[in-house]
Amino acid sequence: MVTETTEEAAARLVESLLKGNRRAAGRVISAIEDGGDAVEMLMRALYPHTGRASIVGITGPPGAGKSTVVDELIRVMRADGRAVAVLAVDPNSPFSGGAVLGDRVRMMRHATDPEVFIRSMGARGHLGGLALASHNALLALDAMGFSDLLAETVGVGQSELEVAGTADTTVVVVPPGLGDGVQAIKAGIMEIADIFVVNKADHPQADRVVADIRDVLRMDLKRPEWTPPIVKTVATAGEGLEDLWIRIRQHRRYLEESGELERRRRARLEQEIVEIAERRLREQVLRPRTATPEFRAMLTDVVERRMNPYEAAEQIVPKTAAAG
Amino acid sequence: MSEPRLRILMAKAGLDGHDRGVKVVARALRDAGMEVIYTGLHQTPEQVVRAAVDEDVDAIGLSILSGAHMTIFPRILELLREQEAEDIILFGGGTIPEDDLQELKRMGVAELFTPGAYTQEIVEWVRENVGEKAAGGSAAPS
Ligand SMILES: Nc1nc2c(ncn2[C@@H]2O[C@H](COP(=O)(O)OP(=O)(O)OP(=O)(O)O)[C@@H](O)[C@H]2O)c(=O)[nH]1
Ligand SMILES: [Mg+2]
Repeated sequence: MVTETTEEAAARLVESLLKGNRRAAGRVISAIEDGGDAVEMLMRALYPHTGRASIVGITGPPGAGKSTVVDELIRVMRADGRAVAVLAVDPNSPFSGGAVLGDRVRMMRHATDPEVFIRSMGARGHLGGLALASHNALLALDAMGFSDLLAETVGVGQSELEVAGTADTTVVVVPPGLGDGVQAIKAGIMEIADIFVVNKADHPQADRVVADIRDVLRMDLKRPEWTPPIVKTVATAGEGLEDLWIRIRQHRRYLEESGELERRRRARLEQEIVEIAERRLREQVLRPRTATPEFRAMLTDVVERRMNPYEAAEQIVPKTAAAG
Repeated sequence: MSEPRLRILMAKAGLDGHDRGVKVVARALRDAGMEVIYTGLHQTPEQVVRAAVDEDVDAIGLSILSGAHMTIFPRILELLREQEAEDIILFGGGTIPEDDLQELKRMGVAELFTPGAYTQEIVEWVRENVGEKAAGGSAAPS
C-alpha cells in the first residue's frame, strides 16, 4: 500500500464524496464522529462546498412520531424533486456507551433511493460537542449535493436543544396526550419552534394540544414577523405532510427575504468559532497548567485555607493575560 | 476526541414476522459498548447493503429464518463487492443446514450462528473478529 499522509487521505476522501461516492461520504461522517485531527483536514476540504442546503431540524419528545414524520416528509420532498439527507441523532446512551439506533427502521422504504441518504448518530463521547459533530456531518451531506437536510433529535435535554439550534428551520413534533399537556415540553423547545406539528391527529386529544400551543404562542411576543404555524398530521396514514412541506418552504422564504437566514447562520458560526477556540484554550492552555505537581500543591494550599480559589486561578491565568 | 466505536448493522431478511431474536442480540451488543444500527424486518439485500454503506458500519449481522439464506447471503456479498465495501464483515444467524453453512463460509460469510447459539457467544465473536479497533489490528474473520 502506498503510504500517504492523513491530509492527503482526507483530501482524497472528500474528492470522492464530492463526486457522489456514498462509501466515501459514510467514511467522512465516521471520521467526523471519531474526532481528532482528521476532522480539521476534512472540514478544510469540505467547507468551500457547503452552505447551499437547507437544514430542517425535527425535534420533539420520545415517541412523538418524529421518524414517521421524517419518512413521510422524504416521500413528499422526493415527489417535489428534492435530494434529501437525514441525520437521525439519538443522544441517549446507557452506561456502556453503546446504543441501539432505530430511527431508520421507519424510513427503510427510501433506503435504495439514490437521492436519499440516511445516517444514524449516537452520543458517544463527542467531547467537541454532539452539536458540532452533527452539524459537521450535515455539512458533509450538503457538500455532497443534497438540497435538503433533515436532522431528527429527541427534544428533551440541553444537548438536543443545541443540535436543534444548528438548523435553519426547527419543526417541533408534539403528540397529543402528554400528561401535563404542552407545559410538559414548554421549557426550551417551545421557544425554538418555527413550525409545530401536532402528530397523531387521529387521537381525540389532538385539538386540545393545538389549542394549548395557540395559547402559548399568543403570550409569545418575541416574534413579530413569523408566527409559527401549527400543522396537524397523521404520519402513519401520510396525512398532513404536504401541508407541512408547504410550511417549511414558506419558512425558508421568510428566512431568506427577511435576512433572518443570514443572521441565524452568522450567529451560529460565531458561536461555533468561539466553542472551537474555547476547547482549544482548555486543552492547550488550561490542561497543561493544571496537570502539574505545582497545581496539586496549590490545590492543597486552597484546601487547607492558605490560599483562596481566586488566588489559585490567578496563578494559572493572570488577570492581565485574560484581559489582554 | 470521542473514541472510535464499533458500528454494527442488524437486520432481518425474509418473510417471517418477528424480530425478537435480533433485538436481543442488538441490545447485548449495545451493552458491550457498540453502536447498533437496527433496520427492522423484511429487508432486501439491496436495502441492507445501502444502509451498511451510508451508515459506514464495520459489520452486518443478518438474521434469516425462512430458508432463503442461499440466495440472500451471496447476494449481499456480491453487492458489497460492487460498492467496494467488501471490508464490511458479514455474519448471520438462522436455521441453516451444515452443508449450506460451510458453503456460505467459503463464499465469504464470516460466521453463522444457529438458533441454539448463546447471545454472549455472538457478542464475544463480534468483539474478537470485527474491526481493527476491537481486535487490536486484526480484522481477519476466523
Ligand atoms: N396513531 C398514530 N400513531 C403514530 C402516528 N405517527 C407515529 N405513530 C406511532 O408512534 C410510534 C412512535 O413513532 P416514531 O416515528 O418512531 O416516533 P419518534 O418520535 O421518532 O420516536 P423516538 O425516535 O424513539 O423518540 C410508532 O409506533 C408509530 O407507528 C400517528 O400519526 N398516529
Ligand atoms: Mg425516531
